[in-house]
Amino acid sequence: MTSVEGNEPYLKVTDLTVRFPTADGLVQAVTDLSYGVDLGKTLGIVGESGSGKSVSSMAVLGLHDRRSAQIDGSIVVGGTEVVGLSEDKMRSLRGNSVAMIFQDALAALHPFYKIGKQLSEAYLVHHKGATKREARARAIEMLDRVGIPQPDRRVDNYPHQFSGGMRQRAMIAMGLINNPSLLIADEPTTALDVTVQAQILDLLQDLQREFNSAVIIITHDLGVVAEMADDVLVMYGGRAVEYGPCKDILTHPEMPYTWGLLSSVPDVSADTNARMIPIPGNPPSLLAPPTGCAFHPRCVHASKVQGDLCRTTLPELLPGVRGENHLKRCHLANPDAIYEAEVLPEIAPEIMEGGLR
Amino acid sequence: MTTDAELPGPEAEAPTGAAPFQQYDEPVAFQDLVGQTHAAAELNPDAEAVLSVDNLRMYFPIKTALMRRTVGHVQAVDGVSFEVPKGGSLGLVGESGCGKSTTGQLITRLYKPTGGSMLFEGADLATMSEGTLKPLRREIQMIFQDPYSSLNPRHTVGAIVGAPLRIHNVVPKNKVLSRVQELLEVVGLNPEHYNRYPNEFSGGQRQRIGIARALALQPKLMVADEPVSALDVSIQAQVINLLQDLQKEFGIAFLFIAHDLAVVRHFCPEVAVMYLGKIVEIGDRASIYSNAHHPYTQALLSAVPDIKQAATGGRRERIRLTGDVPSPIDPPSGCRFRTRCPIAQEICTRHEPPLLQIGKRHKVACHFPGRLGAHPREPITARLLGVDTTGAPDPGASPATDLRQQPGYADTWFDLDAKSIGRA
Ligand SMILES: Nc1ncnc2c1ncn2[C@@H]1O[C@H](COP(=O)(O)OP(=O)(O)OP(=O)(O)O)[C@@H](O)[C@H]1O
Ligand SMILES: Nc1ncnc2c1ncn2[C@@H]1O[C@H](COP(=O)(O)OP(=O)(O)O)[C@@H](O)[C@H]1O
Ligand code: SF4
Ligand code: SF4
Ligand SMILES: [Mg+2]
Ligand SMILES: [Mg+2]
Repeated sequence: MTSVEGNEPYLKVTDLTVRFPTADGLVQAVTDLSYGVDLGKTLGIVGESGSGKSVSSMAVLGLHDRRSAQIDGSIVVGGTEVVGLSEDKMRSLRGNSVAMIFQDALAALHPFYKIGKQLSEAYLVHHKGATKREARARAIEMLDRVGIPQPDRRVDNYPHQFSGGMRQRAMIAMGLINNPSLLIADEPTTALDVTVQAQILDLLQDLQREFNSAVIIITHDLGVVAEMADDVLVMYGGRAVEYGPCKDILTHPEMPYTWGLLSSVPDVSADTNARMIPIPGNPPSLLAPPTGCAFHPRCVHASKVQGDLCRTTLPELLPGVRGENHLKRCHLANPDAIYEAEVLPEIAPEIMEGGLR
Repeated sequence: MTTDAELPGPEAEAPTGAAPFQQYDEPVAFQDLVGQTHAAAELNPDAEAVLSVDNLRMYFPIKTALMRRTVGHVQAVDGVSFEVPKGGSLGLVGESGCGKSTTGQLITRLYKPTGGSMLFEGADLATMSEGTLKPLRREIQMIFQDPYSSLNPRHTVGAIVGAPLRIHNVVPKNKVLSRVQELLEVVGLNPEHYNRYPNEFSGGQRQRIGIARALALQPKLMVADEPVSALDVSIQAQVINLLQDLQKEFGIAFLFIAHDLAVVRHFCPEVAVMYLGKIVEIGDRASIYSNAHHPYTQALLSAVPDIKQAATGGRRERIRLTGDVPSPIDPPSGCRFRTRCPIAQEICTRHEPPLLQIGKRHKVACHFPGRLGAHPREPITARLLGVDTTGAPDPGASPATDLRQQPGYADTWFDLDAKSIGRA
């Protein structure tokens, strides 16, 4: 998206579809998803739980069970096609040029091995010539980088001897130990206190600057997206529904689902007349997704679209009124005007009084 | 999940009519949706306290595995005082492990406190026996964080919501079902769904079931411990609006525990900030969110990611707190925040700062209280404590004798700007 002309982004996902056969039928978790991330840039992926954020990202690391997951489309990482790649080749990519950090650090770290041992192993897998001593030194160096105090002593601790925030930092150290060019962070701070979250986000940003990695940050916190991301991808029911530069999407969103996400969270500095306007209903079933626009059963703006279009016809992901870079999947003809006239006054009255941005 | 065959026919799916917050089988128009939501809750400064907590303490003994000998204590809650106004809300915020849930559990008397009092409508919950407590249990109910584990999966929704009615014998047996259906309707669930099981509902709907159960006995006070943090953001807003509806309609007071400072700001006109078992700052919304005087509150607020930042891009300036929260088994001497405080001085190691009232509805526990970047250079508490500016005893000074912290607010306070006593 933000790539220089003629230059492919480091990660390029094209028409990705992921299906899982289950006892109840075929679950289509991700449908026709396309996006790109350049080196040195951060993409934020947002959406309710079940919208396909994790499934699409795990496909990038080839983490789905080959026997049960049906993956179509293309995922190119640094020039290598990942869809259909052998497990051997995938393994040499994973943890080396691509790494992932998960929401639950305790589940990702092995409880019976010392933190240092787990870090050294991760290093040795991709540095066959390195000695154990070198690997241990590298582990200590990484713990120090992520702000663990007295890393030379802490390296011999077990995961349960670390606090929640320290475990999260240890997992980030593990993800970064081989200087990956692409880092995917799946809800890396959801379970943490705001103070620890701030430390971890600072850390991710510092490390990205240093190594010029491409980063994907998956989160439900639009504040995190606002502070971290260059581009934003909003997912609903397995599809991209809005995609573009972060600033543009968050200040001029053009799709009612994005409006719903913005209006349902209060802001710490909001006007006290601001309302928390929920999205009615619940996320869709992926076994029997709604017809037309998947959001139509919950959309409070569908009545502004001519006829029955929202219910019958899937809108395409197309540029809106604000330029080629800002894509949205919605039939509304003048979303910007509706947002400013109806939504914004309810969620940010102070902006209305002071005039529009 | 059930198959379609087990679900009631379409006639059972009829809209629930009078429910204040519907489940929207049909999408409503945006303006109607807005009409069902609330702006931030307002403070009623004249409301009396429904709950008055004074110097509450809970020390959990730590026992050795072998001898069952007590070798120390977790000072989970250590001398907190606050009031919850009738029909109003007090928010409780702070980092993990600071004692928020323990405070809530003490009020519902899941534990008997180590010390202090909790006056609820004139009766002290802290010292009451189980027998005298039982009728009061109806008046104070709890809503839990996890809508998955707080409902028994083998009981129908009707049995779950009806249980408190049966236990406390509040309605005749043949009226329980109709009361349950009323309650389901009030929380925006289909009253015909009383015979379904929890796993047939989404997370947000399960939280509504928990709320219906808590409402069954028409409580005066609800302790809501992270009631929305397990829910998706869009569903969080549904539940917050529902709680606001219920508060308005039934005059329920809330002790609202959450780590999301923005949600607390919306729901609670008054907020208490806890750190390691103590309240470090308490006040009305403006005092805490726009005029915080404690370095910890300031650090917490500066750490919240801000959506408005999208307009400028990048991270905003924040106070970086270093280190982890110390253990409540062996908390630091003096001010408990001193190991992480960016402006700590010698006196902070020696003396615990008293919780001083510095505004009409604003108290802070810090030797150097002040707006961000404008903390005083000399401790304002030295004279009160009868010490010099380093905290060493000052033979010439006479310490104030009435530093004990009261639950509510006094009519006079220490005005920091004028360095004199302010008055309402
Ligand atoms: N039954 C218990 N026995 C011993 N220690 C306990 C017990 N319950 C809580 N604690 C300790 O008391 C302190 C306060 O815990 P509490 O659950 O009140 O924290 P909290 O503020 O609710 O945190 P969180 O935000 O993580 O829910 C913690 O150090 C905790 O480990
Ligand atoms: N192995 C699997 N088998 C069947 N369904 C799956 C599997 N993994 C994920 N799903 C389904 O795919 C959808 C998207 O999941 P996910 O990507 O994890 O959502 P999120 O956006 O919360 O990360 C969900 O409905 C989930 O239940
Ligand atoms: S296409 Fe129709 S239903 Fe979908 S978001 Fe746009 S207006 Fe709403
Ligand atoms: S009393 Fe001292 S250590 Fe405690 S918050 Fe105030 S300045 Fe910081
Ligand atoms: Mg996920
Ligand atoms: Mg808790």
